[in-house]
Amino acid sequence: MAAVRTSSEITFNRVAIVAVLLVTIIFLAPIYWIASTAFKPRNLATTIPPTVVFQPEISPFVKLFTKRSQLRSPPSPEEYAAAPWWERVVFDGGEKIVRDGKGQVQWSGYPSRFLNSLIIAITSTVLAVGMGTFTAYGFSRFKVKGEADLLFFILSTRMLPPVVVAIPMFLMYRAVGLNDTHIGLIILYTAFNLSFSVWLMKGFMDEIPKEYEEAALVDGYTRMEAFFKIVLPEAATGIAATAVFCFITAWNEYAFALIMTNRRAQTAPPFIPSQVGSGLPDWTVIAAGTFLFLLPVAIFTFLLRNHLLRGMSFGAIRK
Amino acid sequence: MATTMITTLDRSSRAAARGLSDISIRNLFIIPTVLFLIVFNIFPLIYSLGYSFTDFRASTNAPANFVGLQSYRDLLNDPYVWSNFAITAKYVIVSVVGQLLVGFGVAMLLNRDIPLKGLITTLLLLPMMLSMAVVGLFWKLLYDPSWGVINYALGLGNFEWLADPKMALYAVALTDIWMWSPFVMLLSLAGLSAVPKHLYEAAAIDRAGPFYTFFRITLPLVAPILMIAVIFRTMEAFKTFDLAYILTSQPTAELISIRLYKMAFQEWQTGRSCAMAYIVLIMVLAITNIYVKYLNKVKER
Repeated sequence: MAAVRTSSEITFNRVAIVAVLLVTIIFLAPIYWIASTAFKPRNLATTIPPTVVFQPEISPFVKLFTKRSQLRSPPSPEEYAAAPWWERVVFDGGEKIVRDGKGQVQWSGYPSRFLNSLIIAITSTVLAVGMGTFTAYGFSRFKVKGEADLLFFILSTRMLPPVVVAIPMFLMYRAVGLNDTHIGLIILYTAFNLSFSVWLMKGFMDEIPKEYEEAALVDGYTRMEAFFKIVLPEAATGIAATAVFCFITAWNEYAFALIMTNRRAQTAPPFIPSQVGSGLPDWTVIAAGTFLFLLPVAIFTFLLRNHLLRGMSFGAIRK
Repeated sequence: MATTMITTLDRSSRAAARGLSDISIRNLFIIPTVLFLIVFNIFPLIYSLGYSFTDFRASTNAPANFVGLQSYRDLLNDPYVWSNFAITAKYVIVSVVGQLLVGFGVAMLLNRDIPLKGLITTLLLLPMMLSMAVVGLFWKLLYDPSWGVINYALGLGNFEWLADPKMALYAVALTDIWMWSPFVMLLSLAGLSAVPKHLYEAAAIDRAGPFYTFFRITLPLVAPILMIAVIFRTMEAFKTFDLAYILTSQPTAELISIRLYKMAFQEWQTGRSCAMAYIVLIMVLAITNIYVKYLNKVKER
């Protein structure tokens, strides 16, 4: 900008800053609403006017992890006094935690879905990034016949709508018994993320000067040794960024999970909407589940902030 | 594939004698990935091509009968399917144009010295990283006619967002705009920061007005990167399934992916849905082709 600013420019700048703050508040409002609903008592989740100031509660999280049923009559004072604090907050909401014959607390469906999400997202990320790193190095350093076509082929598999791929995969998985298994989803997500991982890692590999390895080769390293001892450490940041992107994609994926799993290997994204079901949903529990599910992604987004542009544009734009 | 031979090594050197040759390393690194993708991405598609010529239903044990191109003919003559394509086109246009306007607008506002700019930018980018299905579900509560925050904040009374056939598609697009405007913003910011400052200084010296500066300097220089954003978002919007499926069941908001899902996994018209998947696949490949050509062109610059 010009060194001397006119007063109208300064005014415009101030207006722009206020506008930016307003936009930020509007964009974050839905996320804030999820987070705040996760700590509300149930009767304050759906009120008019909306409840903004309230005493935060942990009960939605207790309810999220346990199976509950409606209380027909309030618990006896002895029963209430004997109950641990986390059971009391459920009593306070007019419900009780379901226990089996031995008095063991029954878990809800959420913890196992969350665990499935973790297992499937982490395993598929390791596989996709592992294979992708090798392949990207191959494309980056060696001449490959029809390289552009191969890279296009690798990319195009990711561009298909998930349902298009899911129909034949469903039939094949059914034939070999991979429906509703962890391995089934892991394979799908690995295939899905592999193309992304190859494209992104190729960009990172291209940025590592060839001279590093060549110097190592002259020093008597084999190509393999040079790759593991020189290239991989140099590519560490790129590998980490790619891994986080792959993890987020697998973590968030919905359509494949909806079609390929129903109970045993179900991940959180198809499970959370299924909680709404019939009748009046308890939005505080859904918000608590959503909050826990979004938290890792929010943290990763902050860690990734300098690589977002590159990752989200498939490596097309580098800063 | 193994015909081109390149190596920086003298083949008689110690290292070359000890380790694998470059060609074996190249093959070892690339072939497993290509095979993996062929087995899990290409083979299923060939498999479903076969089924697309049959009347197979995965819900019964009845053997599949060969019906030739019948399914393709039926689908392309089905006004219902065409209306799904029309709905998808409308959705793509509304949501991509919306994202373009909001995203580029916010980027223009952000493109100045602002306290905590880095933090604000990262916060604004948060929506696009989140799960569409899970966050989309929560928008159901925000849109709720009786206790939704949106109606309360805008003073709309009991306005129906998702249950009104006319409104449902726009409500889905609005959520999509919220999620993905940050993506356009991110790309626009990169484009805007790459515009050389001296162009603006020269324009100021020439007393060029703000409109002239915007249309003659800013926009043409940011256009290629905006184009990338549009292509990316068009492809993603075309594929949309999660958000629309979770938010509404209005037939007026039935995108092509949802039609396909229902055909395959609710009506169990497996053969027919394979044919439908192929029609969609050809369309996507055509768009992808254009997109990759454009990307390569931008990269060369």
